[in-house]
Formats: sequence, structure tokens, C-alpha cells
Amino acid sequence: MNDAVAIYDVRQEAFVPASEAGPAPKRIVVAYGFWIFLLSDIIMFSALFAAYAVLVRNTAGGPSGAQLFNQVSVALETACLLVSSYTCGLMSLAVASRERAAVYVRALATFVLGAAFLALELREFANMIAQGATPQRSAFLSAFFALVGCHGLHVTAGLIWLAVMMAQIAVRGFRATVQRRLWCFALFWHALDIIWVGLFTVVYLMGVAS
Amino acid sequence: MNLLGKLDWSAVPFDQPIIMGAGGGVVLIIGAILGWVVLKGYVPYLWREWITSVDHKRIGVMYLVLALIMLLRGFSDAIMMRSQQAIAAGGAQGYLPPEHYDQIFSAHGTIMIFFVAMPLIIGLMNFAVPLQLGIRDVAFPTLNSVSLWLTASGILLINVSLVVGEFARTGWMAYPPLSELQFSPGVGVDYYLWSLQIAGVGTLLTGINFVTTILKTRAPGMGYMRMPVFCWTALGSSLSIVAVFPVLTATLAMLLLDRYLGFHFFTIDAGGNPMMYVNLFWVWGHPEVYILVLPAFGVFSEVAATFSGKPLFGYRSMVAATMAICVLSMLVWLHHFFTMGASANVNAFFGMMSMIIGVPTGVKIFNWMFTMYGGRVRFSVPILWLIGFMVTFVLGGLTGVLLAVPAVDWTVHNSLFLVAHFHHVIIPGVVFGCFAGYTYWFPKAFGFKLDEAWGRRAFWCWFIGFHLAFMPLYVVGLMGMTRRLQHYDVLAWQPWLLVAEAGAVIILAGIVCQIMQFVVSIRNREALRDVTGDPWNGLTLEWSTASPPPAWNFAFQPHVSARDAFWFEKKLAPLKKGQAAEPRKYEPIETPKSTPIGFVNAFFAVVFGFAAIWHIWWMAAFGILGAFAALLVFAFRDVEEVEIPAETIAQFDRAHPLEVAL
Repeated sequence: MNDAVAIYDVRQEAFVPASEAGPAPKRIVVAYGFWIFLLSDIIMFSALFAAYAVLVRNTAGGPSGAQLFNQVSVALETACLLVSSYTCGLMSLAVASRERAAVYVRALATFVLGAAFLALELREFANMIAQGATPQRSAFLSAFFALVGCHGLHVTAGLIWLAVMMAQIAVRGFRATVQRRLWCFALFWHALDIIWVGLFTVVYLMGVAS
Repeated sequence: MNLLGKLDWSAVPFDQPIIMGAGGGVVLIIGAILGWVVLKGYVPYLWREWITSVDHKRIGVMYLVLALIMLLRGFSDAIMMRSQQAIAAGGAQGYLPPEHYDQIFSAHGTIMIFFVAMPLIIGLMNFAVPLQLGIRDVAFPTLNSVSLWLTASGILLINVSLVVGEFARTGWMAYPPLSELQFSPGVGVDYYLWSLQIAGVGTLLTGINFVTTILKTRAPGMGYMRMPVFCWTALGSSLSIVAVFPVLTATLAMLLLDRYLGFHFFTIDAGGNPMMYVNLFWVWGHPEVYILVLPAFGVFSEVAATFSGKPLFGYRSMVAATMAICVLSMLVWLHHFFTMGASANVNAFFGMMSMIIGVPTGVKIFNWMFTMYGGRVRFSVPILWLIGFMVTFVLGGLTGVLLAVPAVDWTVHNSLFLVAHFHHVIIPGVVFGCFAGYTYWFPKAFGFKLDEAWGRRAFWCWFIGFHLAFMPLYVVGLMGMTRRLQHYDVLAWQPWLLVAEAGAVIILAGIVCQIMQFVVSIRNREALRDVTGDPWNGLTLEWSTASPPPAWNFAFQPHVSARDAFWFEKKLAPLKKGQAAEPRKYEPIETPKSTPIGFVNAFFAVVFGFAAIWHIWWMAAFGILGAFAALLVFAFRDVEEVEIPAETIAQFDRAHPLEVAL
């Protein structure tokens, strides 16, 4: 019986492993939850990637990727998005040191580059549709527009989010919730880059190669 | 350009007495309840304490209410189908025309999986997991409320389809090409797609919320190997939700693109591939089975230990089995369509994986049996459900192993043998498990136990009714009866289907007993009152606080020093009696503020879903903009938390003395 008490007392003083440390601070919990969301989002993209891979040869007599893709435009898109990720990283640094002016400038750069990416992508879509390569033309084009378009929708959502966050900084300043949301935004924006790298490889590079 | 899209008066089937009768009845009941709530002046209370609540316990209860109401709807569909098949043999055509019968079997499957089983499981997780982890709420309480109300939106939409328009006639999987616009031009498939998309987003958010809660916010001292098994199974289930619900979302989105914008993912022309839908659907669909059954296994583990009066046998192997199932469940999806025509090697791989997944499940069965072995088993209602489950589920699992043999599967594919098999695992596994959990945690949620006698009657009706209803289906399945028949010519099947009908009636009696149990328990609540907070002599932390627990769950943050934390402290309490307990100072507690964002968001989701189904584009835009505006308002709110004063907490504690202080 006394043993049990002894064990109990020893445990109180023993080294505490990380898994027994108790609830994590809110900052960590929020970022962790958002990571899980991003993983789920990437899984959604993986289903679209799988569909694309299954349907890529099903052109139904219509144009294939090699005939449609304009590499210069895609290279520019990629450059815009990757640089916007860099400016987004700079913005996170400015948020951490609470330099309001720097946050605005770097957010604006991120926004402009993201918008440029979108504009280039839309122009590419418009060109394809003008040539008769619509998503209704073939299963390949359906999968292409859905996959690339879904990424474009994410970028659009990111731009709206960024604009709202700037308004939040203006109205609310750097309070804890606003900072956490900015962290999540940065994670989201970088994740879109990762997906774009996969998309660029699977759709554009492999598409032109075959 | 029509302002109301495809919607007009012809959408309401005035010429169908069964539908109009059912629809009218539902409208009358809802009207009567709403009228009663308004007249009694309960609206402000409901709004303040329930609809805008972000408390995980309230949200859990609301999930269960939704699920139990939808169980009535899903069961009505079931008994209608059984009645039709019992009479529609040979010359008789039965009472349901084919187009209505097809909607009923589609609605039955969709409702039972998405809107009964899922909310039952998620409701129990919501109620119990934070209490078991010794914390005050989930990681993201507001998001939790959003999830609940999105699920409710999906439920509302699927029920609207009963009266306005039609439901899908494609079966609950909505396989293309049948579900494509070419073959299903009506709004039925659109109701299916939008209600699942909206509810699916809610479920995904729940998964994210619970993964984060369980991995990041456990009470101090609660290491992984000290977590209650129910929390482990909730973690397994939530991880699977995060891993596969996005696939369902993407798949249904592709079908939506096909139907709304003329894409060619699954069409039979322009290079579309219908089998891709079937693959993607079951990449979600098979793990979904385990998303449902794992938390039910968790409930059974809690029940087995508590009612045997000893800790769970083989805790570590239980955890390992749970996580093994979690992984293996992602590797078996192809066994749902061995007849697709994949090569023998592919079929052999998936057949073997399907048999292997029986191993960890078997480990669990042995653990429950060894937990009961040598224990002081109290044969209360929850353990009846456990025993009924073990006896039944083992047989259902064995027919599953049969079906995992591709050669056998080819001969019984899409027959009633299959229907019998999956009901044979889902009903004892998920439904019995949730009923056990409902009985087990009811006193914690409401402060009084459920009536024992009516609970036993309900169990025996369900148990006997289940066997009568589904065993005959194995037989007719082997005799060659395919699923989803509105009418058949083989008179030899009819006696078996009459027995099945009798079984369904006995299950109905079981449901009536459960309603009686609820009514009788409320009436006798003073006699059934649980004053200690620990009515079953429990092992885990939820029993260490009052019943019902206060909004803050625990006045002091529990510190965990062993597995089965509460049990350990109870054993230790007599030993520590000599030591003078230090008087503890009550501190104010911050709790998340109630918010209507979940409800408002869901309102706009319903507006959007309904508009999209009927192609009312201005209204769809209104729904999206409304939801966005509501989120903006929420994002800019000033106060995010409210403080409960120390005095309130102290008062509550004085009124509810506990057995052991943690």
C-alpha cells in the first residue's frame, strides 16, 4: 500500500515527457490545426491529380497538352507565384517585428504577384477556349481545367483572405488573433506553391514531354 | 430567363398520396413543435443556450438529436422497402411504383450512413472526448458549431427533397453513368450531391478539430499510453476523416462539374471514365466504414471495462489494433468492385488485404472477452449491447471474409447476400455501439440514468429483429436475388422476405421501446438521479466531474498520473486520507463566447444548396455572399471569450460535492 503512495510521489517529481506536458499554447494549437487542414487540402488535390493522370490521354480526338501549353506563359506564372511566396515570407518577418508599414508593402507585393499569376492563368485559359479547347471538349481538358482551375480558385481565395487581413491589421492592429491568422495565411500561401510545383511538373513539363 | 430556375409547382408531387402524406405529417409535426416552443417562450433560451452554443457537450447532444430523428426517417424507408419486397412477388406489384421505390432505397442508404451513423459517432465524440481528456473544450469550439450546423444543413436539404422535387434514383453511391445528366436529368442527384458536399465540409472540419484536440490539448500527464481507448478510436476515426473526406469532396465535385458544366470526367463519351468514380468513391467509402465503427469499438471498450469492474485487457494491443485498422482500411477499397475486371493479381492483393484487416478486429474481440473474463460483470443495458454485438459481429465479419475471396464475390456480387453482410456488420458494430454509448453517457449528459427495463426490452427487440430481418437475406442472396428489386417473379423467395418483414417489425418495436424508455426515464428522473457524477463506478475522467458537467467541465485542471486516471485516483484516495488536503483557491475560467456564426453560416449554406439544385443563380450568389459577409462580421468581433467568475465556480462545486478531487 505504501508502495503505491511512494510511486505516486515519485511520479510527481519525475521528468515530464512532451506528451504529458498538458495543453499546448493557443498559437501552436491553431497552427497545428491549420497544418492538418492543409494536409487535407493536399489530399483533395491528390484526387484531382489522380483523375488527371487517368484521363490525360483521353483527348477524344481533340488537342493534347503538347499542342496547347505555352511554356513562356507558364514560366512567367511560376515565377510570379514563387516570388510572391518569398514576399509573403518577408511579410511574416515584418509581422513578427510588428512593422506595420513593411507589412503593408510586402503584402501589397504578394497581392500584386498573386494577381499577376491569376491574370496570366486566365489569359491562358481564354486562349485555349478561343481555340476550341474547352473543358467540354474532352476528358483530358475536363481534368486539366478542374485541376489547374482548382488551384486558381485557391489563389483567388488567398488574395481575398490577404485583403481582409490587411483590413484587420488596420482596424485591430497586431492583436493575437490577427497574428495567428496571418501565420495561417502564410502557411496557406506556401502550400499553394508546393501544389503548383507538383502541378507544373505533372501537367506542364510531362505534358509537353509526351 | 426564369427567376426561379427549374423550380415550379410541378416539383411538388401532389398526385403521390404517400409522399404528400409523409411530407404533410413532417410539416405538421415541425409546425407543432415550433409553435409549442414559441408559445412557451423557449425561443430565447434555445437561441442562447443551444443554437449559438459552442460548448462541446451541447453540440454533442444536438448531433445525437439530429441522428436519432434521422434514424426514424431512415428506418421508415427501410420498413417501406421490406414491405414492398414482402408483397411484390409474381403477379402482385406492391404499393410502391418503381420510380418511388428507387428513391427510397437511395435515400435509405444516404441517410443511414451520412445522417444517422456519422452524427451518432460525431455526437458521442463531441460529448465524451474533451471530458475524457480532462480539458474544457475542443481545440476550436466555434469551428465545432460550424460543423454541427453544416451537417444540419445537409440534413435539411435531403429532407426537402421529399416534398420539393425528388431524390436520386441511383442508389446511395450514385454511380455514373446512371447519375450523369444524360440518364438522370432530374434534380434528385443534385439533392444528393449538394447535401453531401455541405455536410461533408462539416465532417472534414470536425476531423481536423478532433485530431488537433487529441494530439495537442490533452490534460497534463495524459501521455499517449494513458489516453482512454475511446479517445484513441476517436483519433483513428478523425485521422481517417482528414485523409479521405477530401477525396469524397473532390469526387462529388467532379460529378457536379459533369452535371452542371458539361465536363467529361465520368461520362461514356469524350473519353470519360465511369470506373474512375467507382474507384475514387470507395477510396473514401471503405475507410468511412472504419470511421464509423472505430469509435463504436471505443465505446465497447469503455463499457467492457467499466461494467466488468476492471481495467481493459490488452490496452496496448487495443491501441495497436485501432491504428492498424486505420492504415489497412485505406488498402482494401477495390473489394467493393472485384467485378470491375482488374487483373487477377490486383484482385488477389485486395482480397488478401481484406482478409488481413480481420486480424486486428479479431484482436479487439478477444480483448473484450478477456476483459469480461474474471471480472465482476454487471449485466446492465450497455453491456447487453456489447454482448449482442460480439455474438453478431463475429458472424457478420466471417461473411465479410467470404466476400473477400474474389471468386466468391463474383458469384454473389450485388446480391442480397452482400446487403445482408454489410447490415450484419454495421448494425451490431455501429448502431449497437452507439446505443451502448447513448445509455452509458446519458446520465453524464442529463444527470439521470435511462430506465433499465425498457432498455432491456429495446435490446432484445433489436437483437431478435435484426437476425430475423437479415439472416433470410443471406439465403435469398444465395438463391440469386439481386439487391434493389422493386418486384420479382421467383415465388420461392417470398417466404424468406416475409420473415425479413417480420424482423423489421420487431426492430420497429425496439425503436418504440427506446422512445418509451426516454419518456419513462424523464418521468422518473428523480428516482434515476445521479448525484455523485459517477453512476457506473467509471474509470475515466468524465466521471470525475458533476452530472451534467458545468460549462467549464472541471473546476481545476485535472493532472493525470496513470492510465484509467479516475479509477487510479479512487484507489489512491483511501491511502491519501491521512494527508491534509490543501484548500484550493478557485480561479476565474475563460470560456469561448457563444456565437451565431455556425447557425447563420448554415442558413446561407442551405440557401446556396437549394438554389444550386434548382439553378436559381441569383439566389446561389446571395447564399455565397451572405456566408462570406457573416464570416467577415465574425472575424471582426471584439470579444472572443467570456470569463466565468471564481465565485460561480465555487458555488457550483459546493452544490456538487465529488468523490475524489483530482
